[in-house]
Amino acid sequence: MRVVQLLKTHAGRVPNPVSEATRQAHARIRGADVAVSVCPYCAVGCSQLIYTKDGRIIDIEGNYESPINGGTLCPKGAATFGLLTSPLRETRVKYRAPYSDHWEERSLDWVMERIAQLVKQTRDATYEETDEHGVPVNRTLGIGHLGGATLDNEENYLIKKLWTAGLGIVAVENQARI
Amino acid sequence: MPGLGARLGRGGATTTQQSLADSDCIVIMGSNMAENHPVGFRFVLKAKTRGATIIHVDPRFSRTSALADIHVPLRPGTDLAVLGGIINYVLNSERWNSDPFFKEYVTHYTNAPLIVGEEFKDTEELEGLFSGYDPGRRRYNTDSWQFASQPATSAQRQQPQAGSEPERHATGQTGEEGQAVTGNYGSALSHQAEEAEQDHGQTAEPYSAQVVPHAPPLVDMTLQHPRCVFQIVKRHFARYTPELVEQISGVPRDLLITVAETLLQNSGRDRTSAFCYAVAWTQHTIGTQIISCCALLQLLLGNIGRPGGGILALRGHATIQGSTDIPTLYNLLPGYLPMPSTQAGHRSLREYLAAEQSPTGMWFNMPRFMVSLLKAWYGDAATPENDFAYDLLPKISGDYSFEAMIPMMADGVMKGLFCLGQNPAVGGQNAVLVRKALANLDWLVVRDAYEIETAAFWYDSPEVRRGELRPEQIKTEVFFLPAALPGEKEGSFTNTQRLVQWHDKAVEPPGDCRSEPWFLYHLGKRLKELYQDDDTPKGRQIRALTWDYPTKGRYDEPDLEAVLEEINGFTVADGKPVKSFRELADDGSTACGCWIYSGIMPEKGYNRARNRKGDDKAALDWGFSWPNNVRILYNRASADPQGRPWSERKRWIWWDAEQGRWTGYDVPDFPANKPPDYRPPEGARGLDAHAGDKPFVMLPDGRGRLFVPSGLLDGPLPTHYEPWESPVGNLLYPKTPRSPVAPLFERPDNPYHEIGDPRFPYVITTYRLTEHHTAGGMSRTVPWLAELQPEGFVEISPELAAELGIANGDWVVVSTLRGEAEARALVSDRIQPLVIHGRKVHQIGMPWHFGYKGYAQGGIANNLSALIEDPNSRIHEAKSFTCNLRKGRIAREGERPL
Amino acid sequence: MSARESQGNGRAGTTGARPGALGFLTDTTLCIGCKACEVACKQWNQLPMDDFGFTGYSYDNTGDLGATTWRHVAFIERVSDREGRRPTRLKAFQSNWLMMSDVCKHCVYAGCLEACPTGAIIRTEFDTVVIQQDICNGCGYCVPACPFGVPALSLTDGKAHKCTLCYDRLKDGLEPACAKACPTDSIQFGPVEQLMERAKRRVADLHTQGVTEAYIYGDREVGGTGGIEGLNAFFILTAPPEVYNLPAQPELPQRKVLPAFLSTAAAALGLGLAALLSLRRR
Repeated sequence: MRVVQLLKTHAGRVPNPVSEATRQAHARIRGADVAVSVCPYCAVGCSQLIYTKDGRIIDIEGNYESPINGGTLCPKGAATFGLLTSPLRETRVKYRAPYSDHWEERSLDWVMERIAQLVKQTRDATYEETDEHGVPVNRTLGIGHLGGATLDNEENYLIKKLWTAGLGIVAVENQARI
Repeated sequence: MPGLGARLGRGGATTTQQSLADSDCIVIMGSNMAENHPVGFRFVLKAKTRGATIIHVDPRFSRTSALADIHVPLRPGTDLAVLGGIINYVLNSERWNSDPFFKEYVTHYTNAPLIVGEEFKDTEELEGLFSGYDPGRRRYNTDSWQFASQPATSAQRQQPQAGSEPERHATGQTGEEGQAVTGNYGSALSHQAEEAEQDHGQTAEPYSAQVVPHAPPLVDMTLQHPRCVFQIVKRHFARYTPELVEQISGVPRDLLITVAETLLQNSGRDRTSAFCYAVAWTQHTIGTQIISCCALLQLLLGNIGRPGGGILALRGHATIQGSTDIPTLYNLLPGYLPMPSTQAGHRSLREYLAAEQSPTGMWFNMPRFMVSLLKAWYGDAATPENDFAYDLLPKISGDYSFEAMIPMMADGVMKGLFCLGQNPAVGGQNAVLVRKALANLDWLVVRDAYEIETAAFWYDSPEVRRGELRPEQIKTEVFFLPAALPGEKEGSFTNTQRLVQWHDKAVEPPGDCRSEPWFLYHLGKRLKELYQDDDTPKGRQIRALTWDYPTKGRYDEPDLEAVLEEINGFTVADGKPVKSFRELADDGSTACGCWIYSGIMPEKGYNRARNRKGDDKAALDWGFSWPNNVRILYNRASADPQGRPWSERKRWIWWDAEQGRWTGYDVPDFPANKPPDYRPPEGARGLDAHAGDKPFVMLPDGRGRLFVPSGLLDGPLPTHYEPWESPVGNLLYPKTPRSPVAPLFERPDNPYHEIGDPRFPYVITTYRLTEHHTAGGMSRTVPWLAELQPEGFVEISPELAAELGIANGDWVVVSTLRGEAEARALVSDRIQPLVIHGRKVHQIGMPWHFGYKGYAQGGIANNLSALIEDPNSRIHEAKSFTCNLRKGRIAREGERPL
Repeated sequence: MSARESQGNGRAGTTGARPGALGFLTDTTLCIGCKACEVACKQWNQLPMDDFGFTGYSYDNTGDLGATTWRHVAFIERVSDREGRRPTRLKAFQSNWLMMSDVCKHCVYAGCLEACPTGAIIRTEFDTVVIQQDICNGCGYCVPACPFGVPALSLTDGKAHKCTLCYDRLKDGLEPACAKACPTDSIQFGPVEQLMERAKRRVADLHTQGVTEAYIYGDREVGGTGGIEGLNAFFILTAPPEVYNLPAQPELPQRKVLPAFLSTAAAALGLGLAALLSLRRR
């Protein structure tokens, strides 16, 4: 039996040829640029490393340095690369006219101007300078805003500042209540 | 977070995720931490590996339960009854009454010894109501909840009742502490008048002069007075016996006692226990009080402010804490300043400050924070002469919370809507009504990375698929603007433990994708131009707004570190960043966008959110934790009243008598050089009015609140009420089955089920899964996540499946008076019926991620839920309502689910 | 011999792994079933989603290891007892809902490697087992040769695929993607000898904490049997291997070849002799 065993084990140790591709194999992040990011999903706050080459993201992983995640990620965090590169990701402006049954293409500049005009129109039509007792309220209830918990602090700040302090939009809300 | 704010002072997690590793017992309740915060859960497992006991209290046996030592199943919506049962057991336990630690902590650090006024009546006396209830308005007048005080001196004029400031407290007082306001307590003691000048200014700070301290309260350090808070609390919870709690919640009495005993054994000088909770506590009509009940328990157990202790609020979104700190919320301004409200008498800046400034504690500084905010926003247009343009700031006079907005849209009051990274067509309660409301808008702007349901509602929705709505009938003009994602833009998130972390930009966004700052900045520029000749208030408002940020990059993106600098605050004259909120003034010489973030950018170009060195014990050089880089809040309580660590094992910060300052592993959440034996002189204001053994710097008296005289709309003490939709009445207070103050939306398109409605016999709870993120826009669209949970499902017990003849994998339809949703049945022992009020009650569970776009699709759970709120937080009740369930489908075979 | 009994044997915790071999220790008692390993693996190796659909089998909708799923987390629900009662006091570290991240075992003696006729499968300098995609011709001999059912043929390129233990990452000194991502350190990476020492300590700890069922799967006694001599990717389990759909005593199929050949030859010889004898009789 010992001979048989030797034969078998020996068979397993016969080195197979190593191909050129195998010899050349290496991590694709070798030589890549890296940016430190934070996972965009939940509020644990895992630090991520985003590896890029030629202006394209090639990999996103956990950051060992973080006292929170220490290099690890959950499935959502590990899928961040997929979030940025999914085939379903939208990269073009879409516009739907009233009562239309389809999307239309529009330029970013066109929709920005159209939105500015609509904001002004709705705001002007619904603006309240004072309440029924003559107290200055300087607001509009005609426009609302949702979102913020997935955005950045600076973005929340600009939202609150422009909408509320600049335009008098008071119905500004985010997922904190959801 | 008002639950934490009202009792502890700030609406934020009191501890860090890392500190859980130092816990001796961790109770996860109202959270499925292993599934929803897997990386945070690693600290729970670290504690477990070191021998800690892990307890999971949850209706379902989840992946969290699978790693716990004890799983306590309870009926959804009865958490407060269970916590009340624990409190009752603790207060009468031998350990609590024999170990002097507990009484020492409670008498020095909480308001247990304070005497409550004679007019106060508890729920015990009024069958489930507190004194001051107005049934017509469904509101409390809090006058009778106040503390009895010593006779007032002539200098002490009556202050506005704290009860008249619901907005601030209702959303969670919070804020910064930090160092001594004056920096020198020795001089504060001996030269009070001089110190007051130095501290609060004499000429240029007209607003601070308005407030005069209250008369000192009556106290009984023996805790024996029948009207002292401690005795009131003890009587209040006496009814929560293990037997009654079992009847209400289904938790076996011996199991409740096991949990209480485990907590007791793991609390004290040498041991600490922590609680982790998430939205399964907030999403109830009594959600705020469930959380506040936990804070009350943790104060009684001496676990607040200590390593391995505290309460960790687990948030769902990357910056849900940040979006409350710098709020995109209708009733708040940055830094937890209340939004001016005509209802709260905020007609002028003076009236606003008179109502909101507190003579003692951190909120004494409110004028500095408010005036600096107005300077940041209105710049040169904000002058002392015009009260810093306070009039330009809009005023609220009602509820414009997310839930209230839905009827506003449906009824045509609100005509335009921006959705920036939110998906209400799936995530909104009564989602059928939400989609109807969207169809009634004039215009809708959706900015997202994917075409989410909210953007597509006009051509695809359950209503469109059923033929009830056709695109040709929908007037809404819809704009979809593709958004840049982290990695394609820079900025900061504030995580679940108040830690602000900066993310760098790695690449340019593709195609038309742009960041929100790009959108807002350039839209703001266009609007300023459109209004450049408008001299009416609406023109002056937008024209006065400071809106000049340097831009950079290929797309003229505003420089976000410039925005962060404004958030941090600066001196107006030279634009130099302030190092801390202590430098802010109320004379217009400083500007500050959010005072609790002051110090995040202490000098130009030094962004502390970008600090990335985390190798010390508290990781102080990793990111910036508000306030003032403090990691564990109220950490003065980690030392005993004399300033010594409670024990070697649990040391965190302590008083160094030689150096005359607090020292330790963390930044002290306390004036750094205020000695433990400091006692305030009469008439002291601000933090000077707090003694050296009062850790809760935000609160007027520095004491954690077992009893909350103002700030909670549903009572000074937590009380169990049934969910608005419940199979049973309230065994504790049969005459008050449900929250007497929960805001209702009573309208034909938002009907409620009565208690015990036989048509809707099952309790339903909704939740998230590891594999998906909230309304699914960031996960159902990602192939690797979609394949893990590809389709919506409903979890039911084998017992219920047998009763209804449902096999695993069958299609089922869940229904309420609001709507229906179909899904596949996942039959599992992990869901169980409970015996409630002596009869078997079935519960079903349904993940709410699913919708009709993306790869992973399924019936929308929010088609079932109703608009109904917690009065304090205005958060809806989706964790517990009633429903029916049947085998079958809504869609025809082969169709995609509805 | 049951898995637990084997722990009393002197050979428990020993492995035939070659010095310096790299591998995984997958400690199921720390697994929370989050599937970060599955996603991190797919992300790094750029594998597509597959077998899209609801299975109704606990929370597992990816089913099994396959050509495009190289890490797979199995869920085994054992929540209630025979009477349908759900216990509330649990054995910590997973007892009522088992979760186990399965992966290629990178056997010390690998059936797939021995069966591969083209030489596509190699044992690398890290002692891991890798299928070279530029050589594999999709013959599929490796598929039945694996006692664990790991290699699978892809429907898109027709070739055999499985975990490479992130061979490309190892070449750059990087930790494999799954082990790096795992939030609870259920998956640990390192030299097999060190991992085995760690596993033995962990099992001893678990025993003192009351989890007396814990044992190592993949030493010479359990899992690394039948000529395999040990698994470079081994496990700490708390239930019999079959519960996790693992063979209790796997064997290299090739081991059966020689005895089978010899017995067949003997049989043929016997038959021949019998035939001769019978002919003679006539």
